[in-house]
Amino acid sequence: MIDFPFMYEALMRLLPGIPMTLQLAFIASGFGVFFALAAALMQLSRSVILRSIADFYVFCIRGTPLLIQIFLIYYGMGQFDFIRHSFMWPILREPYWCAIFALMFNTGAYGSQIVRGGLLSVPRGQIEAARSCGMSSVMIYRRIILPLAIRQALPAYGNEVILLLKATSLASIITLMEITGLAAKMISETYRVVEVFLVAGSLYLLINFILSRAVAVLEKRLMRHVAAERPTSTRIAARGAA
Amino acid sequence: MSHASFWELMNFGPDGWGWSMLRGAGMTVMVALVGFMLGGVIGTFGAWAKIAGNRPVRVAADAYTTILRGIPDLLIIFLFYFGGSLALSAIYRAFGGDGFIDFPGFAAGAMAIGLTSGAQHTEVFRGAYYAIHSGELEAARAAGMTRMLMLRRIIIPLLLRHALPGLGNIWQVVLKESALVSVTGLIELARQAQIGAGSTRQPFYFFIAAAILFLAITFVSNRVFRFSEAHFSRGVRGAR
Repeated sequence: MIDFPFMYEALMRLLPGIPMTLQLAFIASGFGVFFALAAALMQLSRSVILRSIADFYVFCIRGTPLLIQIFLIYYGMGQFDFIRHSFMWPILREPYWCAIFALMFNTGAYGSQIVRGGLLSVPRGQIEAARSCGMSSVMIYRRIILPLAIRQALPAYGNEVILLLKATSLASIITLMEITGLAAKMISETYRVVEVFLVAGSLYLLINFILSRAVAVLEKRLMRHVAAERPTSTRIAARGAA
Repeated sequence: MSHASFWELMNFGPDGWGWSMLRGAGMTVMVALVGFMLGGVIGTFGAWAKIAGNRPVRVAADAYTTILRGIPDLLIIFLFYFGGSLALSAIYRAFGGDGFIDFPGFAAGAMAIGLTSGAQHTEVFRGAYYAIHSGELEAARAAGMTRMLMLRRIIIPLLLRHALPGLGNIWQVVLKESALVSVTGLIELARQAQIGAGSTRQPFYFFIAAAILFLAITFVSNRVFRFSEAHFSRGVRGAR
């Protein structure tokens, strides 16, 4: 029933799509983190203007499909002459960068909610303690708030990266040949949906499995203090005594 | 090339695209609604399999939710669209027909959305079931209710109360997923915007219009969900 030679052929044709899928996901999530952090800080700021801007950004991105966002950037931008003649045009006409921009804005909005939760989870006492030690705001953020917030937000953020990885499949619609793009091409040539689908789906599952394992390992590393609380505290105490 | 303004394009007159865009929005809601309800049915069985099933059934349900959450929705839409066409054509040929039959984009989209959202429904229903306090079930049993009566009067109302916020989230995701059904050629909102963009060469306005319509649908459905949450939480202290 299952045609293994054909599935092997499909695998060989879909494998070259993996680098593109990974690139889109990692570049977009790498830049997206900064959007998420900026939006989260703006949402938590005292300024009404900054808060409304961030709220509006998150509302618009979360309320519209990623597909429309990709179309808006890829097809929509070219409608205006001032964009066509600007220095950005060489970048904005490339489907690759359009996909990255769209994914980046998208994950920035979803990620901001996770980052905001992480920032809010930092106990006030810790911040007060840092302030009473005489730390400046920037230093408090760098040494106290961000490390604690990252530890708190990491599991949810890992989930967001997996969602982003699945979202990269939309890049195939603006002609990028990542896994889904190659799969769609192969399906329209061979009309053997199930086999191609099985291979493409397993590739995504495999990548997502590895990703979730990696996040779990990272999480464990960041939670070392919980697993080995006693030794850590005695070591610090010993150093303090010496 | 002369450029029409946004309102010149999107009016509701004979030359405007207003009605077509609204029709597209209607189709988006339809395909999302059918897919959402299909997912609800799948999720009911999925949750039941995870809660009450024996080991093989449970493992199967776990595999279903894990796999469906790890694969892009677009791939699943492709599977149903192309796979459905192949299956229909095979049946057609088996009855002596000749040629190729297209699987309707609406059916492919609704089935794909149903299958993917079914995985989310499963988790939401399962969580909602576990949120029901065991005392409530004991009380019902002590009052002499039969299993069916208990299901109808106690479990389902409580389940809905706990599940509604989660269902609201799924509905948001499903709405946006329905835009992907445009790859099957079904003229929903995203496809209608592409058609308009292609024939007027003013893509920006069409995709902005589609985005605004999506935001409007999201806004209205948020209200509906909030209203029904309030309705099902009558008598709960601290609820709106």
